[in-house]
Amino acid sequence: MVPLSWFLILSAFMFSSGLFAALGRRNAIAVLMGIELMLNAANINLVAFWRYGVAPMQNLDGQIFALFVIAVAAAEVAVGLALIISVYRNRRTVNLDDLDILKG
Amino acid sequence: MMNWSDALIQLQYNLGAPQELSWLVEGITYFIGAFVIANAALVLALLLIWITRKVISRIQDRIGPNRLGPYGLFQTVADAMKLLSKEDIKPKSADTLSYFIAPILSVVGVLMALAVIPFGAGLIGADLNVGVLYLVALGSIGIMAALMAGWGSNNKYALLAGFRVVAQLLSYEIPMVLAMFAPVLLVGTMRMQALSQAQSLYLGPINLGLGWFVFLLPGAFLIYFIAALAESEQTPFDLLEAESELIAGFHIEYSGMKFAMFFLAQFLNSFFLGAIAVALFLGGWQGPFAGQVPLLGPIYFLAKTFFVYIVIQWIKGTFPRVRIDQMMQFAWKVLVPLVLSLILAQMIIMKLPLPEWINMLLVLVANIAVVITVLNVMGNYFKREQVRSKRAFAPKSLIGTMQPVNSPSGD
Amino acid sequence: MPELPFPLPPLPTVAQVIFILIAVLAVVGSLMVVLARNLFHSALGLVAAFFGAAGVYIVAEAEFIGVSQVLVYVGAISTLITFAIMLTRGMMFGATSPRNRQSGTAAIITVLAFIVLAALLRAIPWPQVGEPITDGQAIIAGLGYAFVNQYVVPFLLLAMLLLVALAGAIMLARDRK
Repeated sequence: MVPLSWFLILSAFMFSSGLFAALGRRNAIAVLMGIELMLNAANINLVAFWRYGVAPMQNLDGQIFALFVIAVAAAEVAVGLALIISVYRNRRTVNLDDLDILKG
Repeated sequence: MMNWSDALIQLQYNLGAPQELSWLVEGITYFIGAFVIANAALVLALLLIWITRKVISRIQDRIGPNRLGPYGLFQTVADAMKLLSKEDIKPKSADTLSYFIAPILSVVGVLMALAVIPFGAGLIGADLNVGVLYLVALGSIGIMAALMAGWGSNNKYALLAGFRVVAQLLSYEIPMVLAMFAPVLLVGTMRMQALSQAQSLYLGPINLGLGWFVFLLPGAFLIYFIAALAESEQTPFDLLEAESELIAGFHIEYSGMKFAMFFLAQFLNSFFLGAIAVALFLGGWQGPFAGQVPLLGPIYFLAKTFFVYIVIQWIKGTFPRVRIDQMMQFAWKVLVPLVLSLILAQMIIMKLPLPEWINMLLVLVANIAVVITVLNVMGNYFKREQVRSKRAFAPKSLIGTMQPVNSPSGD
Repeated sequence: MPELPFPLPPLPTVAQVIFILIAVLAVVGSLMVVLARNLFHSALGLVAAFFGAAGVYIVAEAEFIGVSQVLVYVGAISTLITFAIMLTRGMMFGATSPRNRQSGTAAIITVLAFIVLAALLRAIPWPQVGEPITDGQAIIAGLGYAFVNQYVVPFLLLAMLLLVALAGAIMLARDRK
């Protein structure tokens, strides 16, 4: 069987790349993609801990949390992309550095 | 009935395979299964194209292909050879990565459905716990492939067609999925094999195999069938590649074998959607005496699937094409509310504290109500279109415009 | 057989080989999301990463989550993201770099974070083998049961959230003309 640490290291890698996309990319959609990667990494951890936890047949909390994360991610992406498209319509850009009209 | 994979593994051990190499034995078994089934599907596609051409030409009072082989059976082989030998063009400004992956992905997404189709008792690639959901998830691969092809070709018509594909497939996915869950709710499992087994009908000890869900859930079947026509991009929902009006659709920039792969994916997809309809609603491999003679199972299954396929071609040959706004309205304003209320009604009825046969009767009544509503909506639509086309093409109006023109100049 | 100075690692099992293949897909996809200059290639990488995650769930015997992952992430979320990229395509081929000013710092932080996390995760003696799963059907039934009993309030709230998000997204993205 696959050791648990493999799952966790893969998830750590996906989380780190998602973090870099969220911090270092200029395009708002790329930032959103990074957030999706991070959510996926969290989901891998949830499922892996469910699988290697106590009594996976009875104790389904890990899977249920993962399903909640999937559903919330779907809602988040829909609203996030609608915001991005709305911003693009008004400002003709989705470059996060240029969206600074609130700067004092 | 033993599963084919267990039987094959047992055979290898009997032939003297060592027990320590169990992973190799299993690997060989599943490789053989995947190899046989995938290649059979590719040969099947040739047959399907031939059937389509024959049926359509009979409807149009033609003979169809009849030169190569008996009844023109090898015409498609020749066509495939021609496509193979054609020059493989890649547009200069195409996005290489997505342009090359898209055709592969579209075929893979369709072929993966074969894994969970129950051809007979014990003849299923993998009887997954989530069989029905797996089939639903495969549809999203096809959507991605269309988007990638549309974008990768770097052609604005291909991109627009890609958008249309996504809109159509996503809209009709919802009624299709919900209709597929009507039998799942009834049986309480998503295993394809268990769903097929549940459609038996015992007359004493003899399994007549006629307890098809279509008799109990005609409404769900009708909605599934309409949505499957749209999912497989068949007439009347083939406005994505309307040959006589538009350019070919999202695969306009593809040539040679890559075009053939999209073509193949489309034909196989309509066949497999028919196979899913058979497995879920038309009794699967069940039929008279299928329980006693296991060999009859695959025969019944294939016969029913080819029948559904021929019905799809019949529709293709006779129905007019709908407009995109009509298509979207039909999905969102008719099918989705109907199927939602149908599923809700079925769930409530199944929990009513009544004898089981009354519950089933109520489910049947709800389904018949859905059938009547759908047929009513479609009938109204056809009546309206008839009036419209009569107005447009009535001979009277034509005569009015065809008066000889008296030119004053005398020419 | 000559004595080796260190013990050879045991041969990987079939499940481990499959996991490694899936992990390579997920890693390549994640790197594409982060590094690709063309935003559409980033989206393709994201799809690969989603498929990788689905494969990981299936290796972990959570079939339902794996299939839901493909259905929701690949079918809906990737399609939405691709649509958004195409609708804002004026931004795609800009002369500017895809990274912002703080990307150097961000790169250092994330690489450090990954190294620290990986070292920590390797050091902890995690269990190597989970308890066997005997009946996958019962797990799916248990999930359904939990959603309408123990977790019924979060489930209803989630339904509400999805409805609000649906209406909100339409309101936001609508062309007001």
